[in-house]
Formats: sequence, C-alpha cells, structure tokens
Amino acid sequence: MPRRNDIQSILVIGSGPIVIGQACEFDYSGTQACRVLREEGFRVILVNSNPATIMTDPEFADATYIEPIQPDYLEQVIAAERPDALLATLGGQTALNAAVALHDSGVLAKYGVELIGASVEAIQKGEDREKFKEIVAALDVPGVKPEVARSAICHTMDEVLAAAGHLGYPVVVRPSFTMGGVGSGFAHDEAELHRIAGSGLTASPTTEVLIEESILGWKEYELEVMRDKADNVVIVCSIENFDPMGVHTGDSITVAPAMTLTDREYQAMRDVGIAVIRAVGVDTGGCNIQFAINPDNGRMIVIEMNPRVSRSSALASKATGFPIAKIAAKVAVGYTLDEIPNDITAETPASFEPTLDYVVVKAPRFAFEKFPTADSTLTTHMKSVGEAMAIGRNFTEALGKALRSLEDSKAGFDFTSPIAESLDELLVAMKRPHDGRLNVVMKAYRLGATPAEVYEATKIDPWFLDQLQLVFEVAEQVRNAPELTADLLRLAKRHGLADTQIAKLRNLSTDVVRGVRWALGVRPVYKTVDTCAAEFAAHTPYHYSSYDEETEVEPRTRPAVLILGSGPNRIGQGIEFDYSCVHAAMALRGAGYEAVMVNCNPETVSTDYDTSDRLYFEPLTLEDVLEVYHAESLAGPVAGVIVQLGGQTPLKLAQGLKDAGVPIVGTPPEAIELAEERGAFGNVLTEAGLPAPQYGMAESSAEALVIAHEIGYPVLVRPSYVLGGRGMEIVYDDASLAGYIERATDITPAHPVLVDRFLDDAIEIDVDALFDGTELYLGGVMEHIEEAGIHSGDSACSLPPITLGNEVVEQIRTSTEAIARGVGVRGLLNIQFALLGDVLYVLEANPRASRTVPFVSKATDTPLAKAATRISLGATIAELRAEGMLRKDGLDGTTTLDAAPIAVKEAVMPFNRFRTADGSWVDTLLGPEMKSTGEVMGLDVTFGTAFAKSQAASFGAVPTGGTVFVSVANRDKRHAIFPVKRLADLGFTVVATEGTAQVLRRQDVDVTVIRKASQGPGPNGEKTVVQAILDGEIDLIFNTPQGASKHGNPRRDGWEIRSAAILADVPCVTTVQGLSACVQGIEALRRGTVGVRSLQAWSADVRAELAALA
Amino acid sequence: MHSSLFSAQQVPALLVLEDGRSFRGISFGAQGETFGEAVFSTGMSGYQETLTDPSYHRQVVVATAPHIGNTGWNDEDDESGQIWVAGYVVRDLSRVRSNWRSNRSLDAELRAQGVVGIAEVDTRALTRHLRERGAMRVGISTTELDPAKLLERVLQAPPMAGANLVADVTVLQPEVTEAMGEKRFTVAAIDLGIKDMTPTRMSERGIEVHLLPAGAGIEQVRALGPDGVFFSNGPGDPAAADEAVALLTQVLDAGLPYFGICFGNQIFGRALGFGTYKLKYGHRGINQPVMDLTTRKVEITAQNHGFAVDAPLDRATPTRWGEARVSHVCLNDDVVEGLELRSADGALLGFSVQYHPEAAAGPHDAAYLFDRFVDMMAVRAASTTAEENA
Repeated sequence: MPRRNDIQSILVIGSGPIVIGQACEFDYSGTQACRVLREEGFRVILVNSNPATIMTDPEFADATYIEPIQPDYLEQVIAAERPDALLATLGGQTALNAAVALHDSGVLAKYGVELIGASVEAIQKGEDREKFKEIVAALDVPGVKPEVARSAICHTMDEVLAAAGHLGYPVVVRPSFTMGGVGSGFAHDEAELHRIAGSGLTASPTTEVLIEESILGWKEYELEVMRDKADNVVIVCSIENFDPMGVHTGDSITVAPAMTLTDREYQAMRDVGIAVIRAVGVDTGGCNIQFAINPDNGRMIVIEMNPRVSRSSALASKATGFPIAKIAAKVAVGYTLDEIPNDITAETPASFEPTLDYVVVKAPRFAFEKFPTADSTLTTHMKSVGEAMAIGRNFTEALGKALRSLEDSKAGFDFTSPIAESLDELLVAMKRPHDGRLNVVMKAYRLGATPAEVYEATKIDPWFLDQLQLVFEVAEQVRNAPELTADLLRLAKRHGLADTQIAKLRNLSTDVVRGVRWALGVRPVYKTVDTCAAEFAAHTPYHYSSYDEETEVEPRTRPAVLILGSGPNRIGQGIEFDYSCVHAAMALRGAGYEAVMVNCNPETVSTDYDTSDRLYFEPLTLEDVLEVYHAESLAGPVAGVIVQLGGQTPLKLAQGLKDAGVPIVGTPPEAIELAEERGAFGNVLTEAGLPAPQYGMAESSAEALVIAHEIGYPVLVRPSYVLGGRGMEIVYDDASLAGYIERATDITPAHPVLVDRFLDDAIEIDVDALFDGTELYLGGVMEHIEEAGIHSGDSACSLPPITLGNEVVEQIRTSTEAIARGVGVRGLLNIQFALLGDVLYVLEANPRASRTVPFVSKATDTPLAKAATRISLGATIAELRAEGMLRKDGLDGTTTLDAAPIAVKEAVMPFNRFRTADGSWVDTLLGPEMKSTGEVMGLDVTFGTAFAKSQAASFGAVPTGGTVFVSVANRDKRHAIFPVKRLADLGFTVVATEGTAQVLRRQDVDVTVIRKASQGPGPNGEKTVVQAILDGEIDLIFNTPQGASKHGNPRRDGWEIRSAAILADVPCVTTVQGLSACVQGIEALRRGTVGVRSLQAWSADVRAELAALA
Repeated sequence: MHSSLFSAQQVPALLVLEDGRSFRGISFGAQGETFGEAVFSTGMSGYQETLTDPSYHRQVVVATAPHIGNTGWNDEDDESGQIWVAGYVVRDLSRVRSNWRSNRSLDAELRAQGVVGIAEVDTRALTRHLRERGAMRVGISTTELDPAKLLERVLQAPPMAGANLVADVTVLQPEVTEAMGEKRFTVAAIDLGIKDMTPTRMSERGIEVHLLPAGAGIEQVRALGPDGVFFSNGPGDPAAADEAVALLTQVLDAGLPYFGICFGNQIFGRALGFGTYKLKYGHRGINQPVMDLTTRKVEITAQNHGFAVDAPLDRATPTRWGEARVSHVCLNDDVVEGLELRSADGALLGFSVQYHPEAAAGPHDAAYLFDRFVDMMAVRAASTTAEENA
C-alpha cells in the first residue's frame, strides 16, 4: 500500500517550549517528520512556538508558523492554509492535546482536516486510564493473562479516600491527560494522599485521577511498538529500567535491550504489547507501552501506553538506529513497513525488529542545584531536565560512559573519596531513590556491603547490582596492582573506567594515565550501530567506542571537521546549542567538508545519523574527544575541531585539546580564556575604553567583604567560569554575602569568587555578533524586558529593541567590535550590556554561540551559526555577504525594516515540577540564577501583540478582562501605578493588599482591599488572596518580591501567592517591566483578533525590502 | 557466586577459524576442545532454547548479544533433552543469574553437559568475518593455545555441506504427545531434530502427536492412521537427506496433509522437485521479516537455517500432485521461506515454512500456521467423511 494520494498538505504540530518531560526529542521527531513528508511531496505546514528548534527552520516546512500552540491560533493557521490532514503524534502531549481540542471544538470537521497517525478515539483509549484498563483486561493473548494494576478512577477527594481504603496503602496517584507525570506520586498515608491527589485533580484537565495498587519495587520495562495500516507490527526496542518501579522512567537509568528476561517472558510481553496497540487502535505509527514485572513470581502488569512518539522513542531510535519518527511519518501517509527501506542497511526493509550487539545506557541529568529547597527524592513525577546516552559493548562500559557524559562531577563512580557514613547509614540512604543513589551503593560496596543487602534496600535487580560490584572489583584491582599493565588498563576500560578515575585510584595525574595507556597501545575501537548485529553491512557511519578488537571506521579523502555538541540538556544549556551544532553540520557539508558530530544527547537532532556525515555517540570529555580525533586522524585529513557552538561543554575542552595538538578552528583557546577570565577581560575593556560595572575577584571570604565595601551594596556574586548564572546571587549586606560564600562556593585562589556592582534598574541588552578578524556583523540586538539582575535566559526580550535609540545601537556596535577585536574572536560572540542612564556597561562576553542564536537567526532571517562555521574555516564576512548568507554590505541584523516583525522571546519556567521535602512548592522568583528550561517566540507587527503571543505560547496567556490582584514591594510602588491604572481603565477589577491599595487609591484607582494569607480569613469569612486565587477569582497576578534577596528567604506572603498562582495556573507577573509589557499585550488583544503569519511570508517581505535597499 | 571472570583462575581459550583468523578469550563451561561449523545467532533472548535446539548439532554458535547467562538456566525452557551446540562463543558471560525461574547457571549447565565455551571474544568482529567470508569450520580449545596447531585440527574436522546428521538427533523409539483437551487429530511427526515446543503447539490444538524416528517408513506412518504428517526441523544438509525425501514423496502420494518446518521445508522442496543450496552465512535470529505472499502481511520470525530451497518466486511449478508455489519469502534477501502445494481445484495439500512458527526462542507471529495445519486436516476429514457418506 503505497503513499496516499488523496491528501496533498499536512499540518504538523510541534511540542512548543522545552519543559521538563517534553524536551528536544520532539524537535528530533518533528524534524524527521517534516523532512520525510516534504520528500514525499506533501505540502507541510508547521506550527511550533519554539524558535530554538531545527524543525522551525524555514527550509523544513512549506509554511512555518512560530505561533502559540493554542486552539485559536491553530484554527487561524488551518483557516489560512486549509491542510488536508493533521499529524499530531510527533509533537508530544502538547500536540496530541491540541489535536483533541481541535477535534472537540469541531474545527477539524469544519475545515475538513483528517487526523492521521492516531485517531481521537485511539488517543482517548490510550490516555483515558479507565478505558485503557478495560481494553487490557479484555485482551485475548494466548498463554498470557494481560493485567493492569488494580485501581479506581476518582473525581473527588472523597472517592480518592474510599479507593485508597479499599486498595490499601501505599497507593499511586495518576492524573489523567497530563504529561511527564505532572501531579502524580506515591501516597503512603492519608495526609500524603490529600496533598498528591489534590494537586493531581487540579492538574488533570478532566479533574480525574486514578488511584492504584502499589507495584513499588517491581522491575520496569518499556516496549517501543510500531504499526502500519496493513496491521504489521514490530517491536523496535525493549528497555529495562535500572531503577525499579517508583521512579519515573524519565528519571531512571534505563538500559536497552532488556537484560533480565528469558525469551518466554520477553515474548509474553511482546504479545501483550502488540495486542495493546491493536486494541487501542493506533492504526499507523509508534507507541510506547510500559510494563512492570514482579521479581518474585513474574506477574506482569501493563502500566500505561502513549499513543504517540515519546521521549523513549527518541531514545529507542538512537539506541537501535531505527528512526521511529521518520517511519511513523511514512506509515501515517500510507506506506507499509515492508515498503520502507532500512536506511542503515539500505538493502533490508523497515519491517523487522532491530537486534543489538551492544548495550545502551541512558542516565538522567538533574538540576537540583538550581532549586536548593526542592526535594531530590525521585518519584513518578519527572524531575530531570535532560539525559545522556552511551553505547558500549557491555553494560559496565556503557554505564561508565553515560555517567561521565552527564558532566556532573558527582555522577561518575567515586572510588576514592573518604566515606563519612557507616554502612548502616548508607543502606538506609539508598532506600530513597535520589540522584546520588548510585554512588551511595558504590560507597556501600567499598565498606563491604553484599549485593543481597543492597538489593534488600533498593530492589535494583541483582544482575545490575552484580555489574556495579564488578565495577568495584575492577577498581580495586586497579588500585592494588603493582603497576598499570596493558591488560589491567584494558580490563578497566572494558568496564567503563575513565582515565580520570584510574588516575585517582593510582594517585597519578590524568595526563600520566593517558600517556601510559597510549604508550601501551590501549585505545578504543569504534563499532557501528547497524540495527542488525552485523548481519548486514551498514551504510551509515554511526559509531560508538569500545575497548574491543576491531575498528570499523572507514578511511575517507575529504577533510573532516569535528563538531563538539553540547551534551545533556540542562538549565542554561539546551536545545539552542544543538541548533547551532546542526547548522554547523549543514554548513560543513555544503562547503565540501565531512561533518563529524560528537555528542551524547539522545534527544537531539544533532545525534540523528542523518544530520552529519559521521556520528560518534560519545561523551564530551577530553579523553573521549581525543580518542575520536585520533580515530578520525587515522581515517583521513582532519581540518579541525569546532568548539564554539555547543555551549560551555566543548568550550571547556578547548585548551586541553589544543595542548594535545588538536587544531581548534574559529576562536582560539587563548581568546576564549581572554573573554572568560575576568582579569584578562577587564584589561581588554580598559584598552578599548569600555566601562564595566566595578568588580573584584576575591580569593577568600574576607577579601570578598572588602571588595563589596569598596563597590557598595547591592553586589552580584558568583564563582568564576559558570554557565547559566550557576550559583549567582545578588546580596545586599555583609551577612548575606558571608552566608553566600559559605553555602555556594568553595572559594580558594584556584576558585575565586567574582563580586560585581549590581546595576539596579539598568536595561539589559544581549547582542549576538559575528567577527572574522576584520569585519563585524551585528546579528541582532535584544532588549530585555525585565531589568538587569534577572538572568538573561529567564528574561523576556525583544528584537528589535523597543526603547533603544539609534545612537545606543551604534554605541553597541562600536563596543562589540572593540571587544571582538580585543579578544580575538573568529566566529560568534555574545555580549551582555547594561544601559544605566547614558552609560553602556559591559557585563560579560561569551566567545561562542549563545542561547539566543536561533532566536536571532529566526527573527532576522539570517543563519548565524552557519555563518560562524564558515568563518571558523576561513570565510570572510564579505564573502558570506556576497554569497547571500549574510545581508549585503552596510546592512545587518539591526537594520530597521518596515517589513520585519517584532520578535519577543519569553522563557518558560519549571516551577510546577519542584516541591520541597514538606510538600510545598519551591519559590518562583526570578533572579540572577537561570531557572528556565525553554523559550518561545512571539512574532507580530507591534510589540504588544508579539508580547501577548509570547505569553500565550509560554502557557501564561494574558487575560483581556477580569480581576487583577496587585501587591508590590515599596520600591516598585511608584512605577506600578501607571500600568495598574491603565488596567483599571481597561475595565479590570483591581484588588490589592492594604499597603498597595493605599498608594493606588491616591492615584484615583478604584481598588478593593483583599486579605493577605498571613492575616487569615476575615471574621465574616472574607477570603485571603491565596484562597481567592485557588477559587479562580483572580485572572492576573502582579506581585513583586518584598526584599526577597535580603535574607535569601522571600517573605511568606509573596511566596504563598506565587505558589497559588502555579497551582491555579494564573499568570503571575513579578516585575514592573513585565507588567508594562503585559498591559501592552492586553491592549493589543482587545483591539481585535491577533493574526498568524508564516516565517516564509515574513521572509519574502523582508527580502524584498532588503533588495530595494541594496 | 562472585568468582571474578578476570581473576587469576581464569583459563585462557583459543578460537581458530578455518581461514586462519583467530580470537583469544577465556574458557567457560567445559574445558577441552571442540570443532564444528561457526555460525552466528542474533537473538537477544533465548539462549537456553538455542543451545538445546537439535538443529544446532555440530555447530559452534556465536551469540551477537553481548550479555549471555543473565537469567541462568531453568528446568522449563529446554527445547530437547540436551544441549546440542558444539561450542558457544560469547562476549560477556554473566557472573550471576537473576530470574525467578532460574535453577542454575549457564556455566554450570554447560560444564555438566561437557560443552566448551569461550568468552571475552570480540563477537562482533567474528560475526562480521563470518558475514563476509561465510560460515566455516572452527575450533575452540583450552588445551591447544597455538593458533597454527589448532588450525590444523580445524581443517581436519568434517564440513557441514553434505553432512547427514539426522541419525544423531532423532528419537530411537516412537513417542506420543497427548492432545490437550479433546483429541481432534492424529499426526505422525517425523523427528529430524524436533524442538519440544512443536508438539506442544500441536497438542494445544487437540492434536495427538506421534513422534517417529527419522528412519520410519510409510507403513509405520500409515499404521497410525494419521490425519496429517509433519516433518520437523533438524541439522545437516538437506541434499543428503534422501531417505526423508523418499518418505515424504510416499506421504504425498497417499494424499496425507503435510506440514513441515525448517528441514521439513527443505525436504518438501526436494520432494516437489526443487533443489536446495547452502546460504553464505544462514539466517539465525528471531527478528527476520517474512512476507506471506497470499495476505501480503509481514511476520517477524524465528529462524535457524543454513540451507534454503531454490524455487521460483514469481510462478507456480506443476508437480504430479498439483501446483507448488512459494508462499513465504524473507524480505531481507528474498530467500524462500515457505512452500505450498495445491490440488487442481485449489485445495491445500501440504505446506511448509523455513522458519519456526513454534518460536522458542522468538516471536509468536507465525503461530497461525499450526491453525492452518488443523484447518487443512479438518477439510480433509470433512471431505473423507462426505465421501464415505456418499
């Protein structure tokens, strides 16, 4: 059954901003889908609000709408484009929910749009837990009795309590129709049940939760299943969770293929999986089914299924070489699996089940350091912000590589640090699943624990525990051997030990270990991911290292350029950097080089074997990168390594690589050092005559106090060499400064702390620019909406800048060029400025691709990362202008154009993911430490509408009427009057706390006083503001923190308001500038319907205007 | 339980292929020396079923899945009374066993049955070698660690082509597997190296299975008054199995419904007049896509064969019983995976598949073929009854 010819155009919905539980895996799947559908000749219309995605690059669709993924905007796109079909199974839960909404509201029927991939009925069968349970119970599978956990569906707290009484504690709470397990958890008693089920009922769009028997401690598995319309079904991959049931699979270490099942058990699971996809009725495409198995008797339970492509399917695609999203798109348009070739073997079809001759381990990356008050216990509610995957020829090798891929100094096995705890304490500590549990187990082994004791505490399968024991025994051999022999090193390497770990065990430097290893000829070989365990030859060079015998790297003649990726997503370094790396691969391939990608993040487009000429799925450590470089040097000429596009991860490797003789192309390591080292950078600024906020570098706590007194409070403090404002704080007095140094730094002369003057009320400006050694190309100037002090990654911003005059932009250009020249940049440069009065201060410069490169590239229709790649390899800006990659001479990203849109970037926060140990929400205040996980873009002709779109896209759509609650800090009261008065004029009811209300009344604003939470309900039952928010009586909250930074502990009232805002999902603005922007958005919305426009339409007009200018 | 595989006690072992390539590893299972045909199997699960599959007689199996032994050995999953492989090559042998059904370790079972294994081998390199050069003879030794000397012995071992191994694996006396529930049919099953799951799958469908030794004659078959005849899988070169071909010819002459699996497919092919040939490196795994040419549906199948039937894919071939055609084909390489024989009026007279619908190890996608066998016998029974009543 070949391609359907009855449909010509297909609407693809993306997954929107990166949030916990829904990350760049959907860019990977969406990009594959768009590419495939266009290759098949369909007109592809894409909607995604996330500018940092590859899929929203204009060349991946015929019409690309960076618009909010909301029913009203989607309807406008449908009305304008009239697609024949909608494919919603590749954009995560966001796209699936949007499709269901469009179906329910009749939009799909009205415009005659056919839902392909999965029908609404199948989506509901898969996601409605009660229906799903009935389906599983009714399955007829020979030899197996398919079961689900015993459970009850509940809509009220009374029903919840009754169900728990019937099933017995502990019980699991699972809300319906939420993604990433929002609002779910284990309740061990009634109090916990009240809390968890309460928020679960709220989180569920249908106010529905499932209360279920506990299967804590059971073995957990997943199957990735694929079906076509001829009812051919294949299992793409089996995945076994290292952590037993109780930990969300996104937070669990997972292993592919399943390690501890006999064939009979695996086939029973396979039979049930196939029966499930058929019964649910996913006609074409992929789904993910989760199972639990009781380790004592093998009782198997079906936990859930996702009738769509998921995070696990991205992992499974990378783990097997079977591109699930691509195949899902093909079967959605009519192909059967046997008609689709397997890209990797070229000669065999996709209607098979991949078989692995290696082991894949995925490890989650957490960000608890960003939310110090959050409870780090791992539950069914996903908390990790990213993941790394590693491939090895055995489990220990893959695990060691996965852990070092995380770039978390605490993640890898620690065989040497002193152990403070007793074995008994460790055995207790490991009972609680948390992100450091693996090393707790390792410590216990070091103290002589047996695998049986560890199993009793953790329920981690004994096979995995023996593997950890094996790693421990190998480490002991390394520690105790008289000398490092080739055999011993090979043994250590075959079980995943890094040179750094061996060095610590032997009290040697890592360089010495590497030197000895190389001298003894102990080096990895590179095997190939080929879907078939070598049964057929592979045509895609998708490699992983292993300390085995035979390498499979093919010789080549074209020069290669290695692109170092950005590793696991984390807050501060995410999809934006992957975007730049993918662009580099495209630019290199276009310029006659072989693009060789090195990365370890399975969610990304960069680790798609289609993206580059060669892919090395490897950790981004010096050791691993040097080995890849060595292997490629043996294969043919290597022109160099690009380190400036993958964020801080590759940048940190630059000097080490150079020292080892590896050619770095683009900005040299010395220049990187010049920009990153504050003293040296200060000299650059002084020479250029550019002002920076007064600062000092403290090597001790005492020194920090002296500097702070010199500069004057408030000061901004942080460790040097940080990303995403890690550990950065604004402090207002000596006590909090001393407290900060004690808590957040390990201050020494080698690890100094920076103390900067904090520019209160300054306007912060971000700049992305290209420099080729001669000429500067100003890519874009972004004006932050929040004032300085909010991390740039968390701040909304506007391009073009909304309040800056031409002379400021010119000043920015001059300053940027001076810095680029002074530092010695070749390629991209990002600078943050702060404008206070007439003075333009330089806050920092990053000689690399920044988080805003994709945003600027899309806002200005200019591929900055591609240009940077070319400049790195010797092209000049003049040449790129001539090629048309950059705008013509005299023009750049700051050129004022009537046809260009106003682009607003807004950050998306993960606050609804984190709770403290006592169950309350962590605070939602913004500060110098970056906390956002993703971003969206709003595009329109005016700032107000663009801002309103950005808010709608980031799940905080501004209301056009209703009640606004206002409570502002004293210092903000003056500035808040105008926007609040405007809201009142627009017809909003204004309620405020007493102090704020007084100020507003004096300005003739009609305002009602409402009680603070700390005041409690009034004598006549008057609600507190918190209650009013929870009861849905407030539509917009404006709350600026009361002296939040003074004690590092915000006032209880403000915190409770903001927590209630998260719980009730009410937009909450915490800065005056944010409110002003919000008011403009509200005004724009009230003027009428906000339209939609594709990037291609914007681009055509912009290009026409540019052509006229030139 | 936690004896380290890398400890000083480990015994070195050597593997040498007949073209001279050698691999060093460490011994597991029994120590000593073994020879056979080196083949690789790509299944990620089911090593117990694989090792006890009689079709692997005289073959040294290379497991491409790196971790072997994780689930130990249990008393339920054997496919015959013993381990048949001549030797076992793995990369990482598990030190512990983890499964609620496990009774002992793989290592212990191999030792108890005297089967030589070698671990810590770059099995992917070995597999790629076999893929490029084809299946070939191999030796594994813990006593001869000089590759040149072991190679001499490898070259003296008998090759697989032309080997008639049926006598080694077949039952000595007839055995009966009772039907589960109500008995509907009697089947004479010729044991050319049958796996235990095959009679089980038949018995589940109301078939009483009479397992007959490979040397059984048509009279012995007739004496059972069977509703159908089955030829099993088994080791060796089908070109050497003249006796079985002769018997099947008589079965078809007798108008008995026929079903064959694997070796039974090759025998059917020969009886229908087709030739057989040796594949370069065979199909051994549990992920092989096969298309049923009548329904155009794809099934994922368990396979274990080094020989195949040479029959035209695009047309029927006339035989003295009716038209023979290829019913199933492997989508990876177009190898014939099934044959069927129909009378002039289109009635199904016999069919066979090259793969393993009984699975064990492997997916159950093709279990419907046992139903097809039942249906075929039911149709014949009905027509026979009709004739008798006429």
